[in-house]
Amino acid sequence: MAATGTIHVRFFARYAELVGREETVLAIPLPATVQDVVRRVRDELPGGRGIPERPLAALNLTHVKLDASVQDGDEVAFLPPLAGG
Amino acid sequence: MSVLTRDPVSVEHLLADIASPECGGTCVFLGTVRSGPAEHGVTAIEYSGYEQMVEAEFARVLAEVRERWPAVRYQVRHRLGLVRVGEASVGIATAAPHRVQAFEACRYIIEAVKQRVPIWKRELRADGTAVWVDPFGLPAAAGPR
Repeated sequence: MAATGTIHVRFFARYAELVGREETVLAIPLPATVQDVVRRVRDELPGGRGIPERPLAALNLTHVKLDASVQDGDEVAFLPPLAGG
Repeated sequence: MSVLTRDPVSVEHLLADIASPECGGTCVFLGTVRSGPAEHGVTAIEYSGYEQMVEAEFARVLAEVRERWPAVRYQVRHRLGLVRVGEASVGIATAAPHRVQAFEACRYIIEAVKQRVPIWKRELRADGTAVWVDPFGLPAAAGPR
């Protein structure tokens, strides 16, 4: 039986406005990558198509590439282009 | 102490935090909200962030500063919330025995803020609109305030 992981997904700034929420929880078959999480968000959330196919992403508070593996309980965040300072 | 604050940036406090008789050169950088002809009537900017990751990323950046410039003393504050035109959104102070290291570390920190720290800004304009802006200050999206 394939394993399923619970992924906490967070949205900020313009992305949060596009999907109408700041966070969601996805059950995703494992193994999976951050790119898989992106696909699920784009396919399933209202407004999800507003998230780019290849957004900036963070995994557990660290910048990662989209091919990074996700594990059960991980937090993935999609980051609009940074504008600090 | 958290890098993030909702209070005005105090240059006096930044300098007090890094003062040392061993330091002969001190740099201060303030990023301030501007409203020139290209800013379309900006009255203020709302800063928001992925706060836990902001702190984590700053911790990484400052660890890099300690490794590259062991003698540098530093302090950083970045505001969240409403920052009005002319007010500082970020303050960085560095001090070192010699000015070269103070300048280099200060520049390193602000460039890292721009490139790595998950903070966003929404310009509030005199016409009542609020616009998310990208790293270049250009609109990323538009909407009512």
